[in-house]
Amino acid sequence: MTIKVHGFPLSPAARRVVGCLEEKCLPYEFVFVDLMSGQQNSEAFLALNPFGKVPALEDGDLTLFESRAITQYIVRAYADEGTSLIPVNPKESGLVILWSEVESQQFDPIASKLSFELLIKPLRGLTADEAEVEKLTKQLGSVLDIYEARLKGSKFLGGEDFSLADLSHQPAVNSLLSTKVKDLFEARPHVHRWAKEILARRAWQKTLEKMKFP
Amino acid sequence: MAMIKVHGFPISPPVRRVIVCLEEKGLPYDFLTVDMFSGNHKKQPFISINPFGQIPAIEDGDLKLYESRAITQYIAHGYASNGTPLIPTDPKELAIVILWAEIESQQFDPTASKLSFELVIKPIRGMTTDEIEVEKLQVKLAAVLDVYEARLSESKFLAGETFSLADLNHIPIVSNLYGTKIKALFEARPNVNLWAEDILGRPSWQKTLKKMTMKM
Repeated sequence: MTIKVHGFPLSPAARRVVGCLEEKCLPYEFVFVDLMSGQQNSEAFLALNPFGKVPALEDGDLTLFESRAITQYIVRAYADEGTSLIPVNPKESGLVILWSEVESQQFDPIASKLSFELLIKPLRGLTADEAEVEKLTKQLGSVLDIYEARLKGSKFLGGEDFSLADLSHQPAVNSLLSTKVKDLFEARPHVHRWAKEILARRAWQKTLEKMKFP
Repeated sequence: MAMIKVHGFPISPPVRRVIVCLEEKGLPYDFLTVDMFSGNHKKQPFISINPFGQIPAIEDGDLKLYESRAITQYIAHGYASNGTPLIPTDPKELAIVILWAEIESQQFDPTASKLSFELVIKPIRGMTTDEIEVEKLQVKLAAVLDVYEARLSESKFLAGETFSLADLNHIPIVSNLYGTKIKALFEARPNVNLWAEDILGRPSWQKTLKKMTMKM
C-alpha cells in the first residue's frame, strides 16, 4: 500500500515531508487538503490530525502528523531506502537530532514569522510590519552566526553527510532566499554554501516541481 | 567511563526534563550549576558547549549536546538497555512515541510554558502576572487538553500502554502547572488528570524534585 500524504502544496511543513519521501525514493500519493475552504477542520481530516493541521501521513494502518515526527519515522523505518538521513551510531545520530531540534526551536520560530511577514501577508493584500521584520532579521542574523561557526568546521549541520537536520531546513531556507532576507545568508560564506547545496539537491528540486498550487 | 555532566540551573523545567530522564534510566551524572544571575550562560566557557547560551547542556565523553528534547532522545536511544525503556524498537510503535513528543513540543509547550512563566516564574521574580494573557492562554491550553483527553481515553499513556519519552517530556511543565490554578483544567478532564498524577508520582520525578532545588 502506498504512503499517503495529506497536505497543501505550498505548506512548508507538507514540503518537508514530501522532500523527505523524495530523498528516500519512496512512492507516495499526495492528497490535496484545501486550506482555503477550511478542509483541515473537516471531520474526515480531524480523524487524521485532531489538531487540524497539515500535513498528515498514512502508511498502512499507521497515521501520523507533525512534519518532524513524520520525517523522523520515515528516516528510521526506511533506513535502507534512498539517501541515509540518520546515522546508526547513537553519538552521531545525537548530533543530527540536536541540529533538528535547533531547526525546530531556534531557527523555525523566527523564519516562519519572517515568511509570514514577507511572503504570506503580500498574498493576502496586507502590509508587512516593518518594525517586526527588522527585529526578526536581527534575531535571524544572530542564529545564522552560530550556523556559520558550525558550518565552518562541518560540511553539513549534523556532520560530514547531508542528514535529516539539513533536510528539515529546506522549506524555510527556500522561502527566505526569495526575499530580502537572503542578504543574511549571502553575508555568511559557509551558511551561503550550505544553503545553496541543500536547495540544489535533486530530491528538493523534484519536490518544488510537484508541490505547485493546482 | 566518565559520568555524564549536566550543565544547568535546578529550577529550570528543561533542565529538569533532562534530569528526570537520567533518573528514569538510572544513569549517574554530575550536575554543574550555571550561574544565570551572573550571566555565565552567555559567556565562556559555557557558550563553547551551547553557542545559543541556554541551559541545559550535557557532556557525554567528547559529545556535547543541548536542547533538552535532543538530549532526552539521545539518552533514550543511546542508553536503551539502561533503566526504564523510553522508546520501543518497532519503527511504527516508535513513530507514535515521536509523534506525541512532537505534540508536546509544538502544541502543548508553547502555551503551557507561557502559563508557567506567568503564574510560577513571574511571582518568584516579583513581576506582575498578565491576567489577560493568562485568560487567552487558558483557552488555548483547554483546546489542546481536549485532544489529550480523547487520546488518553484510548490508552493509559500518550503513546500506548507503557510510559515513554513522550510522557516524560511533559513532566516538568505539568508539575509547575499543578501548583497553579491551571490544575483545574487538568482536573476537569478525568483521563488527563489520571495520567498527570501518574507521571508526577513516578519515583524518578520525586528524586528530581528533591535534588533540583535552589540552594539559597
